[in-house]
Amino acid sequence: MTSPWQEATVIEVRRETPNAKTFRLRLTTPMTHLAGQYYVVRLTAPDGYRAQRSYSVASMPGGDEIDLTVELFPEGEVSGFLHEVVVPGDTLEVRGPIGGFFAWAGDTPALGVAGGSGVVPLMSMLRHARAIGHPERLKLIVSARRPADLYYADELVGPETTVVYTRQAPPGDPRPPARLSAEDLKPLLDGAPRTVFVCGTPGFCDTATDRLIELGVGTDRIRVERFGPT
Amino acid sequence: MAITRGFTGRRRDRDERLPPGQYDAKDEWPVLHVEATPRIDPARWTFGVEGLVDTPTTWTWDEVHALPRSRYEGDIHCVTTWSKFGMTFEGVSLDTLLEIAQPQEGARFAMASSSTGYTTNLPIEDITGGKAWIVWEADGAPLPEIHGGPVRMLVPHLYFWKSTKWVSGLRLMSHDEQGFWERNGYHDRGDPWLEQRYQGD
Repeated sequence: MTSPWQEATVIEVRRETPNAKTFRLRLTTPMTHLAGQYYVVRLTAPDGYRAQRSYSVASMPGGDEIDLTVELFPEGEVSGFLHEVVVPGDTLEVRGPIGGFFAWAGDTPALGVAGGSGVVPLMSMLRHARAIGHPERLKLIVSARRPADLYYADELVGPETTVVYTRQAPPGDPRPPARLSAEDLKPLLDGAPRTVFVCGTPGFCDTATDRLIELGVGTDRIRVERFGPT
Repeated sequence: MAITRGFTGRRRDRDERLPPGQYDAKDEWPVLHVEATPRIDPARWTFGVEGLVDTPTTWTWDEVHALPRSRYEGDIHCVTTWSKFGMTFEGVSLDTLLEIAQPQEGARFAMASSSTGYTTNLPIEDITGGKAWIVWEADGAPLPEIHGGPVRMLVPHLYFWKSTKWVSGLRLMSHDEQGFWERNGYHDRGDPWLEQRYQGD
């Protein structure tokens, strides 16, 4: 049974990049999520008009607070409202956690492949792996356009993570800016077979899964979450 | 009803074709499947009807194309809140296929499956009587792979996760079983006009 709607209080709003903000919500009824799952946010106008969208949880499982990172879409009715209007102290109706397939309990080897905002559910996995003392269980590769577009930049860096840039790399990066390639993915597939979680735009997900399949990853090991202005 | 401070909504004139909580995706056709997009050669694609039927039958690409064509013109609704108006799909009605397979009296539910292993459950009343198809054309062009091509199921009066992409079979059952999203918290029926998104709605 999917949990009912509940009220959540916005306790912090943090800017991640020029077009992404993280909303920290305190839930009235704390729920336990798995890394990778999402919540639905529902907005209600005084005349009863409603709009709802799904947002992945970026924070690790546990506690009565969740972080939802929201990318601002041009003309986005819900993302625009969240970015432009919502401030700490506001309340939002939310429902979740939802999604049992693109979810990781932390007890098996996994590889995350993220494009842009697709890093959000994988950040929950990274935080979880580090928190339970098993950072080696989750390798993560993130593709970003340029350094300013990288979410969670300070926290992301570590021995288990790789960042590749597609348009502009930071000074000193030996890798020229280019789309995610098989060469980028190959070293991450050594060792024990990992469940691969791919998240990003539909185009990114299809390119990444094609490369993974070319490298011999079975489709039964690939789980995909396609982000976009749904 | 909890009103959200400061929210009025951008679309003030609700289109009557929009079920509650949906918006018009206009020219966009979002893609949301959770598997790697399979590349299926139409020459090797088959669709089988099995389970509680008198004549379990499997059709090839050429065989389904030899059946009477059927077309759906209308709207589609995804549980992630987008709807698309005025779509055209072409293929064959499930009524035609079931007439050949002959459902038995005890067949009450169906499980549609995809070559990716995806499944979804449907009551028999939702896939008979001109309500469901398998289709290989969308808006006059071959159905793209990302939208389930070469052949997907189409059950447009329900949320679109019921319209199995890369459809490979239908199993008729005496009882209901949950499919992929239904086990993961989504509603067993998924009527957009009743906003049956999640279990318990």
